[in-house]
Amino acid sequence: MSHHYSGVQPLGTLKGFAVTFRQVFKKPITQQYPEYKRPVYPRFRGRHRLWRHENGLEKCVGCSLCAAACPADCIRVVPAENTPDNRVSPGERYARIYEINLSRCIFCGYCELACPFDAITLEAEYELSEYSRDDLIYTKDMLLAPPVKRMPVADRELYDTPEPVWKTES
Amino acid sequence: MNEPWWIDVIKALLIANVVLLAFAYATLLERKLLGRMHLRYGPNRVGPFGLLQPIADLVKLIRKESFAPTAAVDVLFIAAPALAAFTALAAFAVIPFGGVWHWGPYDVTGNVLDVPIALVLLFSLGAVGVYAFLVGGWASESKYSLLGSMRTAAQLVSYEVSLALSVLGVVIMGQSLSLTEIAVKQQETIWFAGPQLVGLLVFLIAGTAETNRAPFDLPEADTELVSGYSTEYGGMRWGLFAQAEYINMITLSGLCVTLFFGGWGGPGLPGPIWFLLKLFAVIFFFMWMKATLPRLRYDQLMKFGWKVLLPVATVNAVVTAVLVVAL
Repeated sequence: MSHHYSGVQPLGTLKGFAVTFRQVFKKPITQQYPEYKRPVYPRFRGRHRLWRHENGLEKCVGCSLCAAACPADCIRVVPAENTPDNRVSPGERYARIYEINLSRCIFCGYCELACPFDAITLEAEYELSEYSRDDLIYTKDMLLAPPVKRMPVADRELYDTPEPVWKTES
Repeated sequence: MNEPWWIDVIKALLIANVVLLAFAYATLLERKLLGRMHLRYGPNRVGPFGLLQPIADLVKLIRKESFAPTAAVDVLFIAAPALAAFTALAAFAVIPFGGVWHWGPYDVTGNVLDVPIALVLLFSLGAVGVYAFLVGGWASESKYSLLGSMRTAAQLVSYEVSLALSVLGVVIMGQSLSLTEIAVKQQETIWFAGPQLVGLLVFLIAGTAETNRAPFDLPEADTELVSGYSTEYGGMRWGLFAQAEYINMITLSGLCVTLFFGGWGGPGLPGPIWFLLKLFAVIFFFMWMKATLPRLRYDQLMKFGWKVLLPVATVNAVVTAVLVVAL
């Protein structure tokens, strides 16, 4: 064994052949994505959702703090005054236009951190592909509506993850 | 032996298409098999079990733009893939896949071209095919392509010697250069895989190197050379190179079956079926090897080729010659 050809180890090579052959009879670990959707983490940050109060009024009061906090500058809020015959939110003002440009959004979640009324949260939906950039600008109606696709979310009990502070204290 | 020309033409058309089909599904088989060995599924989206994947790939390749670098030498750049595909396909003509059928007044041989020097023809076609890889890489006017071509030249020249020498033992035992006669001789005596075990091992290793397959895929080492000689190729021109490589592998497997495993001979089933089964087994081995062994380093490749494989092949040939004469 004074000199051997570097890298050539006949026995190890044969062992390797046995290893690869064994794998053929095992079940592949592939997750077949479109058919099987792996449940997302409970605090996953997917598409935004705007929320309403139980009496139907919008939680958003058009303060634009989300737009100010947004590092990607993808939120556009145009507020308007609530009037007695057009009351949209419980506050003084409401968001007349609320748009999120999802082609710019980086899903950092700063908007839901900034929101004083928990009006906006990031939900589980992540299948957001569109054929046109214009279709990625989500308007208020789209954000207020419950999501069309429901993504599986993993059971919170499986993780040592408390409900975020800004969702419980307000 | 009377075989009219039109039977030859039919056989040639049939074999060319069968080999091309085998190439298409060898790619699928390889991807599936490698997938399972990596605990993946491999392609399973196009058609049932991904069976239409090769057709989808073909449509994709044909529809792609055939671009070329501005500095490329046009004629050679275009001719190289065609030459590679031609020599690969032509080489399969001499591989016998069955005995002689008596069909009415005609005797139909089980190969397209029955020549007494089939083995020499096969090796010379392979040697011409090497030029396609060299010329294609050189004509691309790209550093990676040129490096790939240089590696191809060095590797194929080194291992061709061992490949030819490993076959020499079989030729001595079979006492013929005709593949049909060698196969018949084995069916009458025993498969040469037994007495020529050393030759078989050298043949398999040198053959892997000769067809640029892992672990000897240095000419296209993706991690170092982008894609070697085919770096600047795209669309169906690249497809022809890939086709040449796979058909070379199929031809080499066919040669292995013919030289060492008795060709089409076997009990019960008809010849071509036996040939296909054995062919599949050898191809499976090549793919298995690809899934198992990591790529060699360049100096390891050269050391192994010249200092191990060549002496072993030479000694094997000499010992076989002495034994055949002595016994």
